[in-house]
Amino acid sequence: MSRLQFNAHPGIGHTVEGIALAASDNFSARYDLDRIRGVFSRPTHALYTQSYVDRVLVLNAAKGGVATAWMLREMSARKIAPLALVLNFANPIMAQGAAFAGIPLLDRFETDITRELTSGDLVRIEPHQGTLVVLSRASQ
Amino acid sequence: MPKLDDEEQEMLAGAAGAARQWAMQQLVEVGRFFDAADLVKVSQSHIMADTEALGEEGVAFLERLASGSAAQRRVRIPTITDPRGADFAAYKRIRQDESFVLLEQRTITALRALGVMMTDTCINYQTIMPPVKGEHLAFGDTGSCVYANSVLGARTNFEGGPSSLAAALTGRVPRYGFHLDSVRRGSTRFVVERRPVDLSDWGALGAIVGQQMRSYFEVPVIEGVSEAPTSDELKHFGAALASYGSTPLFHMVGVTPEADRLADVIDPGSPIRRIGATELAAYRKRYSAPDDTLHVVVFAAPQLSLIELQQLGGLLDGRRVHPAVTLIATTSPELKSAADRMGITEQITGAGGLLLEGVCFYQMHAREIGAANGWRRLMSNSAKLINILGGYDYETVLGTMATCVDSAVAGRIVA
Repeated sequence: MSRLQFNAHPGIGHTVEGIALAASDNFSARYDLDRIRGVFSRPTHALYTQSYVDRVLVLNAAKGGVATAWMLREMSARKIAPLALVLNFANPIMAQGAAFAGIPLLDRFETDITRELTSGDLVRIEPHQGTLVVLSRASQ
Repeated sequence: MPKLDDEEQEMLAGAAGAARQWAMQQLVEVGRFFDAADLVKVSQSHIMADTEALGEEGVAFLERLASGSAAQRRVRIPTITDPRGADFAAYKRIRQDESFVLLEQRTITALRALGVMMTDTCINYQTIMPPVKGEHLAFGDTGSCVYANSVLGARTNFEGGPSSLAAALTGRVPRYGFHLDSVRRGSTRFVVERRPVDLSDWGALGAIVGQQMRSYFEVPVIEGVSEAPTSDELKHFGAALASYGSTPLFHMVGVTPEADRLADVIDPGSPIRRIGATELAAYRKRYSAPDDTLHVVVFAAPQLSLIELQQLGGLLDGRRVHPAVTLIATTSPELKSAADRMGITEQITGAGGLLLEGVCFYQMHAREIGAANGWRRLMSNSAKLINILGGYDYETVLGTMATCVDSAVAGRIVA
């Protein structure tokens, strides 16, 4: 497979590789997650019941309240956090939380990234370069 | 990287201690992410630090900051807090775990050591010190942010707990987003064809607009509201808007201070959408119940103003909440004292309701207290609350304040 790369605005955090969990829905840690069980808990969310732990979360936009800024670090400390956050549009809370927790974050891609990736894709996140590289597709 | 002045560079280098060094690192990292040219001085900070969000890790972080010398740990600007996670006078009655209360006490000790004033309110703009037009802030509750930006013309981004704490320690935030004139321009016009009637209606309107905002940086411009709404009506509108849409600013033509005229805030040719009775009814239908089962009625999110407390007290006066239903209202400590003094608390508690101070329901470990009390069906007049709690294992129903009270008294949802 030839190198498939998506360009974004330079992000936050260090380079990581992991499995994507993708949907075109929006995201808030307070609104959408059961942070005890490590799953999406909002019945209307596209990822309802799915585990986000150690996954590269690929979603559309940050939504809702400010709690995510604390919660990302709290989840990291309990090893029940996503591996990285990939959004079309982050908001300040998502950026503040990622910086505080040391969780890689990328946003503002040249394309709708939720349409380019599917759950199960293996990807590399390179925040300082502002790039996401697809290493292998879920279907392969 | 944002350009830093000499004092900011010293803080970043650690010359002002470890707490301020961490704070500058946090601000610079976020500023870099959003291409901030520099930092801007802010006059006050408002910190969201409820223990459900903090967890053990967040509390331990605050305690580490608080362990420094007084000169190195004290905040540099007036700094206040958002609601806590437990009311020490009422936690047993709603079966909150003792461990939450212990975390809460540790948090208070650490924040006080940092010089933070424990105001415990999300309606600081109605209770503590309303910001003024053009004032740069670091506000840490989406409802308080959208009110300060929109209704008062102040300037703040959503500052989550770590960043509002960093702002408090340095007196600065990165200059991006809603600190900039260019970002405060409107992006979409919403024509309101039917004026909302009550607070739940204003929240529904905010929810409908918020759902259509695609990112934090889109600004809705509201038209068709000919008479000025009240502070509480705009509070519920803004809180729901920010909850559904991550939206920190709206303009309401003829009402909010930057929007005397439509042309002041939006360019010709911007998209126009209309919201009328059909849209409001469709929203309400989403949050109607399939049967009349009811477990808990909550008035919160945002905390209630003194006027709302008076209305609630009047509706409950001389009645009795059904024993199968719990009725909870939350407000700030200052307004709780006022309600005590004015006999409003007695009207609420005399009817069997709970009036909690310094907390907000969704910040009180709502999932755990729901399980402990067997609460599943929750009714509220807050569009923000019913949105949030949809992810906390509750079935949420929207009603007017009067309908919520009637339902609490009947022990079942009444139309």
